[in-house]
Amino acid sequence: MIADIFVRIGYAAISLFILTNYGLLLIGSMARISAKVQGRVGQPVWQPYIDIIKSIAKRNSIGHGVMFYLGPVFRLAGGIGTYMFIPAVFGSVLFRNFSDSGDLLLVMYFIFFGQLGMALGASEGGHPYSALGVSRGLAQMTAFEVPFALSVIAVVIQYGTLDITAIVAAQQGGFLNWTLFTNPLAVLAAMIAFLGMSGHNPFSVVLAPQEIPIGPPTEYHSNLLGMLQTNRAVFNGAKLVLYMNLFFGGATNIVIMVIKTFLIYFINIFVGQAFPRFRTDQSIRFFLGVPTVVGIISVIIAVL
Amino acid sequence: MNELAERLARRYDAEGWHEQRKDLASISIPALRVRDVLAWLRDEEGYKHLSFITAIDNIERGVFTLTYTVRNHDTKHSLMVHADIIRENPVVDSVHLLWEQAWTYQRELKEWFGIDCPGSPRKDEEFVLEGWDQLPMMRRDFDSLAYSNATYAERPGRVTHDPAAYMKAQLYPEADQ
Amino acid sequence: MSSKKIEMAPLANEGLPLEERALFCDVPPREYEPARGVIEDFYNWARSQSLWILGFGTGCGAIELRPLMTSRFDMYRFGIQPRATPRQSSVFVIGGYASVKTLKRIVRSYEQMMGPKFVVALGSCTINGGMYWDSYNTIKRIDQYIPVDTYITGCMPRPEALLAGFQELKKIIRAGRAEGQNLYARNFEWYKENQKKVIKDWNMPDYNW
Repeated sequence: MIADIFVRIGYAAISLFILTNYGLLLIGSMARISAKVQGRVGQPVWQPYIDIIKSIAKRNSIGHGVMFYLGPVFRLAGGIGTYMFIPAVFGSVLFRNFSDSGDLLLVMYFIFFGQLGMALGASEGGHPYSALGVSRGLAQMTAFEVPFALSVIAVVIQYGTLDITAIVAAQQGGFLNWTLFTNPLAVLAAMIAFLGMSGHNPFSVVLAPQEIPIGPPTEYHSNLLGMLQTNRAVFNGAKLVLYMNLFFGGATNIVIMVIKTFLIYFINIFVGQAFPRFRTDQSIRFFLGVPTVVGIISVIIAVL
Repeated sequence: MNELAERLARRYDAEGWHEQRKDLASISIPALRVRDVLAWLRDEEGYKHLSFITAIDNIERGVFTLTYTVRNHDTKHSLMVHADIIRENPVVDSVHLLWEQAWTYQRELKEWFGIDCPGSPRKDEEFVLEGWDQLPMMRRDFDSLAYSNATYAERPGRVTHDPAAYMKAQLYPEADQ
Repeated sequence: MSSKKIEMAPLANEGLPLEERALFCDVPPREYEPARGVIEDFYNWARSQSLWILGFGTGCGAIELRPLMTSRFDMYRFGIQPRATPRQSSVFVIGGYASVKTLKRIVRSYEQMMGPKFVVALGSCTINGGMYWDSYNTIKRIDQYIPVDTYITGCMPRPEALLAGFQELKKIIRAGRAEGQNLYARNFEWYKENQKKVIKDWNMPDYNW
């Protein structure tokens, strides 16, 4: 029994390691694709790795108290926690993580846990831009949570279960069984929420590096920034895997997972390169408008 | 526009009307009447907009020449009103009650020339410089080069060429022979 | 990473009002020893490949930094990107002339950056005063006040010159010679003396963390 648990922990660690690397490469390649769209050469695909090494190689750092250090820890815990309770590849022992220990509600909680922890930590930094970024981030998060939650409710009603593995299992046997085709409205609402969740261009006001306030991580540096950068990769990967499982039929092997998640993430670039940045109030109004209505309709359809 | 010059001369002893362009003229008035003239120009003649205030250090005559530029947007005409004040005691009436934005210019005059406008808000606060303890630096008796040499470290090896002679020597060395 | 402890008197922070002195740090900066051998080489490689510029344009030369972001010059391909906060950035580009008022902010921002930190001084003004050689409020040598790694001459240098300067900076970092942070800590008193000589109203902490 004990040995069994350790084996699973070992598998989960390997799975997390692979996902982290995949997430980093995904961020790097998407930055490069964006650069191509803008007619540039763009940064190397491995630039996120170098940035993290650079951050770790910083020689000194300063602190603003315990909460300040805990901010990135919560954030990373949120990212890893999200991933740990999602089966990355359906039917795979290596990539099933701890998916049978939790359900969809736990995963949803973890998605927002990191942001809340970050809010506490960043406020401790004392920089006004941190507080500004956090308030923007939380406001936007509260807004895109509504269509996302509605579409998850629709999916749960449709399949009658909160277990992600069961939801994936129900979508097997041909792409027409995917939620994308059985409940397209829920997918639409969730995909719009996804744009806000990944913070690409229309909704990038929270963490835009070129804005004067760089957002919540204004005061974070050195190792702490390295943690946040790593979390970005893990968290992105986890969200992609979750979306793939809920709406796009999951994956039966890692190649399909990579292809599907890459394409899901690519929607961000597609939209992000075509639309300019929203202000926070605009994005809140946007999320509470059409996407929410679509989400409500999808729930109604699922109930009927 | 010469009617305006005449009226100004009759009422306020203004002199030296100078037509710079079709839409810009200048005139000199006694410094004591600055406020009267500007109020009259604003209320009666339609010069409702104060463009800026500045000063010229006429050290040879021992005066600061204040310049108030006002504009009439209906006739699209700007008027520069000059007034001489003596350098030894540079005090002039504040016009911030006529145009509220004037206090910024007057604060600038205080810092850069040492011209005092009693009653102007925040006139003694720092404007552009921080911790300046010398003569007001726009006065012409302030030696900028000497101050710079005494204060700021210099990198040795700096040379200055006359651009014309230097480029001639570089590009056409045969011309010298 | 081991570090050498240097005994120095606590900073007085005399420029601050009495009630604020305790709010700021009174410890002078200390030197940090580089890691050993291959590890430091590897770190230096990463540092040179990921240069984050502090987005603080200190003078007219900052106008030359903007084109670097555009498609034509594209600094991202060299691993260079702007960063809005001194905590995260590693390169400080002094954009041309530095007036005394700006120097105050330069010193503050420089001290807030996390080491190893590099300074690129841009334009003739930072080298010997340039066209502001007789100005009453423009310093003539930036290296009297903060350590400088690379100079880029010109008035203004073109964006290409800036890219060349960054390549030069990379070589210096790779060779392990970009130890401006340690230089600043070692000669801290000399730098402070120079800074306080020109910044007459010193109303900030002696060392800004």
